[in-house]
Amino acid sequence: MSPADERPKPDTRGAGRPYWLSGRDGVLRLPRCTACGGIFWYPRLHCPGCGSAAVEWIATSGKGSVYTFTVVRQSPEPYFAARVPYVVAMVELGDGPRVMANVVACEPERVRIGLPVGVVFERLDDETYVPLFRPEPEGRA
Amino acid sequence: MAPGVAIVGVGEAECNWHTELGAADIMALATHRALAETGLGLADVDGIFAVSPYFWMPSVTLAEHLGIQPRVTDSTNIGGASVVAHVGHAARAIQAGACEVAVIAYASTQRSDTGRLVTGSDVLPYERPYGPLFPISSYALVAQRHMYEYGTTREQLAQVAVTARQWAALNPNALRREPITVEDVVASPLVSDPLRRLDCCLVTNGGGALVLTSDERARRLSGPAVRVLGTGESHSHRHIAAMRDFATTAAVASGRAAYEIAGLGPRDMDVVEIYDAFTIMTIIGLEDLGFCPKGEGGKLIEQGTGPGSAFPVNTSGGGLAYCHPGMFGVFLLVEAVRQLRGECGARQVTGARHALVHGFGGVFSGHATAILAG
Repeated sequence: MSPADERPKPDTRGAGRPYWLSGRDGVLRLPRCTACGGIFWYPRLHCPGCGSAAVEWIATSGKGSVYTFTVVRQSPEPYFAARVPYVVAMVELGDGPRVMANVVACEPERVRIGLPVGVVFERLDDETYVPLFRPEPEGRA
Repeated sequence: MAPGVAIVGVGEAECNWHTELGAADIMALATHRALAETGLGLADVDGIFAVSPYFWMPSVTLAEHLGIQPRVTDSTNIGGASVVAHVGHAARAIQAGACEVAVIAYASTQRSDTGRLVTGSDVLPYERPYGPLFPISSYALVAQRHMYEYGTTREQLAQVAVTARQWAALNPNALRREPITVEDVVASPLVSDPLRRLDCCLVTNGGGALVLTSDERARRLSGPAVRVLGTGESHSHRHIAAMRDFATTAAVASGRAAYEIAGLGPRDMDVVEIYDAFTIMTIIGLEDLGFCPKGEGGKLIEQGTGPGSAFPVNTSGGGLAYCHPGMFGVFLLVEAVRQLRGECGARQVTGARHALVHGFGGVFSGHATAILAG
């Protein structure tokens, strides 16, 4: 595979490991603090809301809406340069926090703030399933 | 009441498209120029503050280059706001008696080296697989949200760039002096929506330096002194994915701290210098620093912040049109000092007594504010 074919892999070590593994069964999981109840992103060993280390992983609906986005028109990286224009968004999940991801399976011109989206995963290897979002079918938002 | 501190010398070097010098040379050259304004020599300098993407330990590198063994050293890096933060740090060190004469410097040769922003930036794993362009996509995400929440228009963003060129036309040292129109900006190529090429800062070489000392010592020097009345700093996130409110920044906290120490408010400012790497920064800076209600920064820009207006902002032409060797904070300060000394020729703001300088760093991450008086 050439660099243009391979999506850059995140460093999956540490607190975020369950996040990158979450997509194995198609379910988006997020860390939840059992002390203050906050669901947070990105994953950390301690809750950024209250500092507690009592963090559990919960399954979410994987549904939310676009909070803000940008259409990227150029890139120095071969993988992304081969895919311009593409959408980088912050998605506000129904379960609480906002996550960064690409909005896929959709013309960039259709993306707007408030667009209902649901998670899909792209498998990079056995340890890495990258969450992406695509628009929810009409009427099911 | 803490004893007063003043900026007694400023210097710049190699703000250009091509240089034969290295970044350490440029920091040192700017430092010598700043010292030459004061009558002080290297032997008087006992505090060294520096930042540069070129060095792991910038204040240590600069001190070695100058031949100085300082009593106070500080390489704090909060991005483009760093040098503004250093003013606060240096002022407190001088007030505490930890040092007496402080030099602050920055330099980069990014234009000659790569033609792109040189940064030692660390990538967040949670952004890595998605390809946001660093740093413009971060600013684009904020601009998009600001337009949605407050109705800020594409034309208002463009007007920031147009106004910057109007100021630059009056600055003989500015590197982009040709006028542009709102239509030019809106017709320039999209880079990361909604931001276009003419929403972006220049990529140039350059460096700058400041010399600070106590008011008491400043009075014994020959040159003019600009007093540091108040400073503030803060940060709310490092990476854009972790920004909590995409339309409001920690400039609110940084500005509030500086106003409180100075005992002044936004209405007291005659000149405002806000880091403008991208057009949205000026608009959000004006709001978060209290120059207009939240959401009305675009309207304020439309009302006029250019030459001859009642509210002069970014009088050098800023990072959009003067120069931009990365971390622009030092150039905001140099311009504010020169305005307060009345040295700015065609772009001089008549009777400027108080100036506010605000540095942004990272991706609306690091913040530092300084309020100065002539």
